[in-house]
Amino acid sequence: MAYLELDRVAKQFGTQTVVDDFSLSVGKGEFISFLGPSGCGKTTTLQMIAGFLDPTRGAIRLEGKDLTAIHPAKRGLGIVFQSYALFPHMTASENVAFGLEMRGVPRAERAERVRAALAMVGLAGYEDRHPRRMSGGQQQRVALARALVIKPSVLLLDEPLSNLDAKLREEMQIELRQIQRTIGTTTILVTHDQNEAMSLSDRIVVMSQGKIEQIGTPQETYEKPASAFVSQFLGKTNDFAGTIDRTVSPTQLVAGSWRAPAPAGLGGPVTVSVRPERIGFGDAGLSAKILTRIFQGNHWLFQCDSECGPAIVIRQNDGTAQPGEGDAVRLTWRPEDMSVRARAGA
Amino acid sequence: MSAVAEERSLRAPWALTAPALMLFVGVLLIPLAMTVMLSFHDWGQYKGIEPVFILKNWHEIATDPYYAEMFWRTFRIAILTTLLTALLGAPEAYILNRMSGRWKSFFLLVILGPLLISVVARTLGWALLFGGNNGLVNKLLMSLGVMRSPIPFMFTETGMVIALAHVMMPFMVLSVWAALQRLDPQIENAAMSLGAGPATIIRRIIMPQIMPGVLSGAIIVFSLSASAFATPAIIGGRRLKVAATLAYDEFLNTLNWPLGAAVATLLLAALVLIVVGSNALIERRYAEVFR
Ligand SMILES: Nc1ncnc2c1ncn2[C@@H]1O[C@H](COP(=O)(O)OP(=O)(O)OP(=O)(O)O)[C@@H](O)[C@H]1O
Ligand SMILES: [Mg+2]
Repeated sequence: MAYLELDRVAKQFGTQTVVDDFSLSVGKGEFISFLGPSGCGKTTTLQMIAGFLDPTRGAIRLEGKDLTAIHPAKRGLGIVFQSYALFPHMTASENVAFGLEMRGVPRAERAERVRAALAMVGLAGYEDRHPRRMSGGQQQRVALARALVIKPSVLLLDEPLSNLDAKLREEMQIELRQIQRTIGTTTILVTHDQNEAMSLSDRIVVMSQGKIEQIGTPQETYEKPASAFVSQFLGKTNDFAGTIDRTVSPTQLVAGSWRAPAPAGLGGPVTVSVRPERIGFGDAGLSAKILTRIFQGNHWLFQCDSECGPAIVIRQNDGTAQPGEGDAVRLTWRPEDMSVRARAGA
Repeated sequence: MSAVAEERSLRAPWALTAPALMLFVGVLLIPLAMTVMLSFHDWGQYKGIEPVFILKNWHEIATDPYYAEMFWRTFRIAILTTLLTALLGAPEAYILNRMSGRWKSFFLLVILGPLLISVVARTLGWALLFGGNNGLVNKLLMSLGVMRSPIPFMFTETGMVIALAHVMMPFMVLSVWAALQRLDPQIENAAMSLGAGPATIIRRIIMPQIMPGVLSGAIIVFSLSASAFATPAIIGGRRLKVAATLAYDEFLNTLNWPLGAAVATLLLAALVLIVVGSNALIERRYAEVFR
């Protein structure tokens, strides 16, 4: 049963529709990511759940109750802001205690819960520090502790890791996932970093221009992208123009000199998407010429010029000899490694 | 680096700051030092200024209760003006900051506009409205029968505080405004999501963070009000003197320059002490907000 439900939610600023027809149901304890490019409406959607913005249309329900009728201060959600929005005049423990104070939690219990929350995010001993005297990662942890200590029904995270450097971000990702697993809080994370979304979430909501492109597990969205946008946004991909040839039997999918039995349900011009790491060099297939070969430690990256346009190939560095720059090669892949979509306008 | 080049690079900063330094010394430090020296000279009705070193003027200021009253009044007016601007200016800046784009710039202009008009003109405006039987407001109220006699505004401390607060308001609003710009735009939402109501947000979250702005505004307003001349001269005139108008009168009416210099020196010294002292206190108290 859906725990948090967004039902055809839309938001307009003036005449500009920023979020449109957004429907999603989140299970209890689930970790969901909103993934999309800058300006696609992720923050706006999150702020509507938080109550800082009212939806123009649609309903938001938590455990079946209409959430939009409840004042943001009474929703009991935990929010971590991109800028952390810590209270600079309060110490770390005062920051964390604030939400409990507002709930009238008695002093002794408050102190204990604040201590436990700070310990959980690895900040034991930092109770009396002011936020401005803490590093970005530490501030981020205080913000997380402040949001979690009130035992929120849903935790909302708006790009909480984007201000951290790459190494710290990776550490915090692992930590965030562990904390979320331990306490089981339903979590929605906003991010434009596809790796972050993939490594953290149970399901990803891929958004573009205020609309949902796809909802699915990280693996589904990566391997079976529902649209060209999704396949391009989630990692590198090769799009080849192909056609389904119905004149032969069984029908064939043809892209240049690469051919395979056609998948059911499609006809005419199609786009064939293949991830670069799924393409191999073989004896038959798309003929191509290697333009550049880049060594990247654990793998090789080839940029090729194929008969269907530019192509990228990634090969594991498994010690075998690799073709060099200028070599003519044949690109090949297994039919199950590609996704085929009807090509519009062709 | 060669020795010559090193010497040149050491000399460069001095050479570059020399013109400004000379101007500073010439128009500020030298006259200031001369004023201090002047306050130790003697003066007589018929003999004029005698360049000797005596403590007569300082002794007079220290013992005559007239001067104590003057200085006490000066600082009382400055403190009340500061309080009034803080009480009105801080909420004003907060409301202004919450307005949307076009209105914000319009009202900011309304508040800052008076800075473009001379203090004399602005204060004369108050005199035109409330000055005796001919003041516009007084005339109106009396002809309506609301009042029998003119509102006591001219030559009162209340009038002086109100007129000064009007003149000083932009400084307070600007100072609080600057503090508000440093606030995280999501800070109120953060407090709200934790369950705080509007009153709690203002009291527990906004106020402590804009306090440094209010206090630095207060220092500006206080020192400008305590040394203000035009407004006290127009509203208070000869009847209600403050330190600045007193020094002026000694210089230009009594022609007792040494005594006027002593009053001016004392006012300056007191202000410097108060401003530097309170600034140090504020910076210590709000160290974590200032960083
Ligand atoms: N208050 C507002 N008034 C008008 N337009 C707005 C307002 N807030 C956001 N928008 C517009 O809505 C769109 C979506 O904004 P939103 O902040 O949700 O994007 P986002 O997906 O969070 O982007 P980012 O990754 O950059 O944070 C943007 O085009 C933005 O210009
Ligand atoms: Mg955003």
